[in-house]
Amino acid sequence: MATTESSTPVSTAGQLVGLEAAGPQRSATRTPPQRVGGAGVGRRVATVVLWVLLVGFALLFLYPLVWLLAASLKPRGEVFDNKLIPDTVLWSNYVEVFDRLPLASWAVNSVAIAVIAALLVTFSSSLVAFGFAYFRFPGRKVLFGLVLATMMLPGAVTMVPQYLIWLKLGLVGTWVPLFGANLFGSAFYIFLQRQFFLGLPRELFEAARVDGASYFGLFRRIALPLSVPSLIIIFLFEFQASWNNLQAALIYLNAGSVEGFTVPLGISYAMTQFSPSAGGQGDYQYVMVASLLVTLPMLALFTFGQRYFVEGVATQGRKG
Amino acid sequence: MAELTRTRPGVTAAPVEDPPPRRRRTAARREALAGYAFISPWIVGFCVFTLGAMVYSLVISFSRYNLATNRAKPVGLKNYRLLVEDPAVMRSLGNTLFFAVMAVPLEIVFALLLAVLLNRVGRGAGLFRTLYYLPKMTPSVATASVFLLLLNGNTGAINRFLAIFGIEGPQWLLEPAWVKPSIVLMTLWGVSGTMVIFLAALKNVPRELYEVAALDGAGPVARFRNITLPMISGAVFFNVIVLTIAALQVFDSAYLLFWRDQQQASPEASLFYGVYLYIQAFRQFNFGFASAMAWLLFVIIMVISIVQVRVGNRYVYYEGDR
Repeated sequence: MATTESSTPVSTAGQLVGLEAAGPQRSATRTPPQRVGGAGVGRRVATVVLWVLLVGFALLFLYPLVWLLAASLKPRGEVFDNKLIPDTVLWSNYVEVFDRLPLASWAVNSVAIAVIAALLVTFSSSLVAFGFAYFRFPGRKVLFGLVLATMMLPGAVTMVPQYLIWLKLGLVGTWVPLFGANLFGSAFYIFLQRQFFLGLPRELFEAARVDGASYFGLFRRIALPLSVPSLIIIFLFEFQASWNNLQAALIYLNAGSVEGFTVPLGISYAMTQFSPSAGGQGDYQYVMVASLLVTLPMLALFTFGQRYFVEGVATQGRKG
Repeated sequence: MAELTRTRPGVTAAPVEDPPPRRRRTAARREALAGYAFISPWIVGFCVFTLGAMVYSLVISFSRYNLATNRAKPVGLKNYRLLVEDPAVMRSLGNTLFFAVMAVPLEIVFALLLAVLLNRVGRGAGLFRTLYYLPKMTPSVATASVFLLLLNGNTGAINRFLAIFGIEGPQWLLEPAWVKPSIVLMTLWGVSGTMVIFLAALKNVPRELYEVAALDGAGPVARFRNITLPMISGAVFFNVIVLTIAALQVFDSAYLLFWRDQQQASPEASLFYGVYLYIQAFRQFNFGFASAMAWLLFVIIMVISIVQVRVGNRYVYYEGDR
């Protein structure tokens, strides 16, 4: 009995994300013949225009990335020549950059901070979301309304006081301010995870209660294992947000040693160091290499987790 | 009630049949306590990092904060008076609003166009969606370091491209009039997040509506205006609000292109509100002044959002019980 019961929620939970991700493909099989109106020639012209536009925009979106890749392989004098295939290919840029900039150290810092930030917020947001999804208690609706309301709060308002809080705690200059607030959950993720939990059949939890499971046991043994897809969404989103976060690094780490920077802060620093207009050495190819290296992990993440990213963003729209 | 339950300690049997009312009440209380326990991290975070921070920020905005002693000395409305008198505040506000007015409609139209195109194509939609999404995955530092060179007035690829058509491109990053269009271009490159939201909304429009309309002889334009737009108006509304809030807080691109070092190209035109707030807070350490600036921004964002919601409610179509 327990096995048949548990098999249903697994599949529903999987479908929640799976169905959405399969959306484009599903409609792909249906869309073409449904196009109505227009004579044969007109339709063929429309199809050509459609494909020209699609490919044109794809080139537009890809161009800066290809440009970046090309520039990262060029010698100093050719970085600005806009050629997508370098005249001289210098793979050595990718070795020398580690001598010219403490890129390895920045990468270690960024990875560590992003992993901690993402793990913390995934766990804490799930915990809070389970509280809102499963339990009935006075003030639940008001409190959840407050959670949603905090999403509208501009970060600028809390930027200064949060800095002063970390300053009073003596933690400015450490990594803690870059993930500390993640201990307490984050509004959008709480919203996302609560939606997911609400989709799980309640009988499953009731049955576990009868078997003597504690409330935390329900969360850890049933809710969490069944919501892996949305946990992945949260982890990936927060990892990306943390990896890209320039402003927090500027506020909390800029005064420290260059080795202690994160990758975004480091590249910002390198842009000034190597910028010819600011009296730098002009070795901008190293900035290009570093920029490419900060982008690659994100592209890899997207390759593996595309459906999670797309689903997560689409959910943002649905709550509106 | 509580003591009554305590007089019946032996009752731990399986609650298969309906438990008596008193037991149910204690169970409800236990459930409520557990609920509070689960959401307690958020409550603590909200009290400290949101509500507490907001109150603290309000207090500081009426004070002079001394970083050496870590003390805030009340100065009344002084920061707010300085705010009104400082021409840079008004200029940065003007720049930011100007940028938002230019960027948001362009982002909406461009994202919608891309979403409609992707929605039209059958095979290959996934591939194009992936390609279109890549800029969104590119960290802002990488985007900025590339666009810094692409937008270069003399050697940049954008002006080289325009030159093919005999157009002499502007000095994007140096001429005050072209500073904001530069940042708009960068923003448009990363528009795919908005596109994905539109795409999800387009997928939810029932096909039957189009079929019926086509039978009635409605052309593509009429179908788009009378079916698609109303059906996705909720997504349009959401995107407008979110993009506006983001545009009013623009920081990374402006900072990286113009304000990394002390000397900058077009200080007048490129001073955005978020950048000036950052400079006041973390370069000048005028925490009181910066907090006052933050509250002004907060009020402005609230007012704009409320107006947008009011206007939106008149036009947005909500399905059924929503």
